[in-house]
Amino acid sequence: MENWSDLKQELEGQEENEEHPLLENTAADSSKESEPEFSEPRESEREKPEIAPQFRNPPPPSPIPHSSVSTSLHLLRGPRTPSPPWPPQEPSPTPSMDLAKLVRATPSPSHSDKVVHMIPESGTPHSTNRQPSLDEVEENAFQLSQHPEFHQQEQSNYAKKEPKVDIFQVEDSDSNCDPNPLQPGVSEEAPSMHEIAVQNAKAYLLKTSCKSGLNLYDHLSNMLIKILDERPENAVDIFENISQDVKMAHFGKKLDTLQNVNEMLPTYEIAEKQKVLFLQGNLEGTDQELEDEIGEPPFPNIMESAFYFEQAGVGLGMDETYRIFLAIKQLTDTHPIQKCRFWGKILGVEMNYIVAEVEFREGEDEEEVEEEEVTDGDSEADEADEDDLPRSFYKAPQPIPKEENRTGANKYVYFVCNEPGRPWVKLPSVTPSQIVIARKIKKFFTGQLDSPIISYPPFPGNESNYLRAQIARISAGTHVSPLGFYQFGEEEGEEEEEVEGGQDSFEENPEFEGIQVIDLVESLSNWVHHVQHILPQGRCNWFNPNQKSEEEEDEEKEEEKGEEPDYTEQEVGPSLLTPISEDLEFQNTPPWTVRLSSNIIPQYAIAVLRSNLWPGAYAFSNGKKFENIYIGWGHKYSPDNYTPPVPPPVYQEYPTGPEITEIDDPSVEEEQAFRETQEAAVLPEEENEETEEDEDDYD
Amino acid sequence: MDADGLLLSLELASGSGQGLSPDRRASLLTSLRLVARDYRFARVLFWGRVLGVAADYFVAQGLAADQLAPRKTLYSLNCMEWSLLPPATEEMALQTAAVKGRFIGDPSHEYEHTEMQRIKEGDKVYEEEVVVQVKEEIRLVTIIDQIDKEVSIIPRGALFKTPMGPIHVNRTFEGLPLSEAKKLSSYFHFREPIDLKNKTLLEKADLDPSLDFLDSLEHDIPKGSWSIQMEKGNALVVLRSLLWPGLTFYHVPHTKNYGSVYVGTGEKNIDLPFML
Repeated sequence: MENWSDLKQELEGQEENEEHPLLENTAADSSKESEPEFSEPRESEREKPEIAPQFRNPPPPSPIPHSSVSTSLHLLRGPRTPSPPWPPQEPSPTPSMDLAKLVRATPSPSHSDKVVHMIPESGTPHSTNRQPSLDEVEENAFQLSQHPEFHQQEQSNYAKKEPKVDIFQVEDSDSNCDPNPLQPGVSEEAPSMHEIAVQNAKAYLLKTSCKSGLNLYDHLSNMLIKILDERPENAVDIFENISQDVKMAHFGKKLDTLQNVNEMLPTYEIAEKQKVLFLQGNLEGTDQELEDEIGEPPFPNIMESAFYFEQAGVGLGMDETYRIFLAIKQLTDTHPIQKCRFWGKILGVEMNYIVAEVEFREGEDEEEVEEEEVTDGDSEADEADEDDLPRSFYKAPQPIPKEENRTGANKYVYFVCNEPGRPWVKLPSVTPSQIVIARKIKKFFTGQLDSPIISYPPFPGNESNYLRAQIARISAGTHVSPLGFYQFGEEEGEEEEEVEGGQDSFEENPEFEGIQVIDLVESLSNWVHHVQHILPQGRCNWFNPNQKSEEEEDEEKEEEKGEEPDYTEQEVGPSLLTPISEDLEFQNTPPWTVRLSSNIIPQYAIAVLRSNLWPGAYAFSNGKKFENIYIGWGHKYSPDNYTPPVPPPVYQEYPTGPEITEIDDPSVEEEQAFRETQEAAVLPEEENEETEEDEDDYD
Repeated sequence: MDADGLLLSLELASGSGQGLSPDRRASLLTSLRLVARDYRFARVLFWGRVLGVAADYFVAQGLAADQLAPRKTLYSLNCMEWSLLPPATEEMALQTAAVKGRFIGDPSHEYEHTEMQRIKEGDKVYEEEVVVQVKEEIRLVTIIDQIDKEVSIIPRGALFKTPMGPIHVNRTFEGLPLSEAKKLSSYFHFREPIDLKNKTLLEKADLDPSLDFLDSLEHDIPKGSWSIQMEKGNALVVLRSLLWPGLTFYHVPHTKNYGSVYVGTGEKNIDLPFML
């Protein structure tokens, strides 16, 4: 359609612009074209009987070249601009139409010298009057390509002239698909759907290929010209070859567009980033000393565990896994990392997260000083300002402090990246309130770490905090190992009070001999959690909120005593290394599904554990080795719909009591009675005073 | 995904973490060929996997020459022996609507739930508890049918409508260009169009009747029920349904490679509005 409108605009523009400069031309044209009538009347008359039957409409009164021009013009102008056929004296104002040009060029090969002159002339006004557009350049190219044909046609004799007119007549009617003769009267009616469809089809044919600069319409007309020029024996059989010849003969100038095509930029960008991953190995491999130093790499063999996970039907595919492998290697090279694991992948709406679980080397974990949340400052400031009015008695519940690094839910540090090759981002450590609230909401991850979490209840933090909270929850729920692989550390863990959270440290059991795979499949009690359970409080180790308040705020302690129970019951969860057979069952669904990876060859199969509570969490063990992975949306499964938490209870108003109610205004009687009693009381005194005064006076 | 190019398709769709173990792949490649022969399917699709608590259902579909004609669905527990599922009906959908929770993995398992039914006896109306039993096989049929109707998709231009009506695979389909592949409007629901009839003439004006004969994804309710991502460095478009988590569609721009696979629990995510 665009092409069509272009043509149309061009046409109109031309009409405006070129009327004056072309007036001479048109005059010349008409004279040229009228020449054959007069100079060669014998020819046309002689040929007429042959031609007449091929014209489906009765031969117009005007001479044949004229009729062909006018019909083709009419065709190109199309039903959009229905207009009476051009008056025969100005057929030239549409030189931009390729077909029109062709038509005009071909019927007059006898005056080929004039024609060749004429075309450049008609071409020049475009370039001078308006900015040269691509169409025009093509047009010129097309004209150039036409020249050889003109020369050929020069050599052709007069006898061939008239059939050519026929050809174009035929081609016109073909392309129009209109069985009716092209009569000027038809075009004056409103454009029908059929004609619009024809125009659309034509516009499609005229669409220029961005590779070769050709369009099918021109190509077809060139081919037909060639066929009719050469008259091969079986044209239909060698049609493809002709098409190829025409394309080969086409001479197109390579256009310089002055603008870089940058559509594929993002593809190259990520490829460029990932290239760095593949190159890093080479750089290090050359350094012999470094190789010696690296005894045990701080990152695991991800490909090996990926192989086992593939047996289980889980995994990201070899290609992506290897890129992640390289990315994790890059992470350990750039940070002081003692131990690193591929935790899994969390899917997001726009981007995904690849998560790495990291333990920094002793003493080297850099800790940013995070700003402590100032909550009480405001209320204190208010106190000072307004002494008279009562202050708000409401105090925010005691914030539960987050756990120290390397303990509890903050035992590991997590790094995420959107794609292997993109930079790793360290997630902040998790706070109990974030975990508590994350349990109440269910949101999709977007893939942008800094996007806000809009939820009820309000989530304290952005997506990076929510991601961290979900990672903590998933790790606590689904990281399991075969029984006996880990044992409690003996020296460590003594500083903490044992009563509070049980032992929270463990170490690898050097005497672990492995468990039969079949035992792992048959009994869930052979799998144990090796990550601490997160209490409802949001911490792994119990923190007594009341205890602290007693120490710090002695003054307010007494007030609180009356309102709150002094001792909150300690929340206790399953201790570390508890078998997963003791996990809670939810609504008739077992929390874990365990099976052999292959039923066909059970001898070499591995045990695969799937969490039903956290869909996407898997673990495998071949008896000696084990690994956990999570790939999923980061949501917990529940058979019921998500229910938003109920709104908090409305605070009751102050009960109506003697402090609130007021007595009625004192009535006149009361006041009078009061005055009387007062007077009664005062009078004797006054008398006394008076007497005293009198006495004094008398003294 | 087409059973013929299963290995490549699995590799492409693996970004969501759901794959098949090597023995499953091999057995699928073998058995689906036999299925195509025995049931005289023109094309066999590996539809996906419904995760059960005890066992998983592997589901395949057979297509006739007309791509939109009703399909035959088969399931298997071990990827070798396939059983034909009955076509889904509305009655089945009503029956299974009340069933919640995970699939068990046993086709003959019967879910029981009680329903209150009103029984009229003369003038009195009793409310009686009736125990309704639904077979897991029936539930599987309805879930597959629902997923097919709601989220099975194809790229625009991959199929075309022949003048006589049947819909065929478009042999000249050369994949979507990169700019189009990132838009939801270039993907269609692979089902009989529903919304198309309700469109105004103005909206229909720009549609190409031989290509745009299906509903486009962009008007899905709620908005944002699709996640569209470029993976492997813009070389792969992946669409994930958020309404039916587990459905992954992949398409490599500029190639004919496209397909979708469902690996999930067979439960609809009705919490979607809360999660966006």
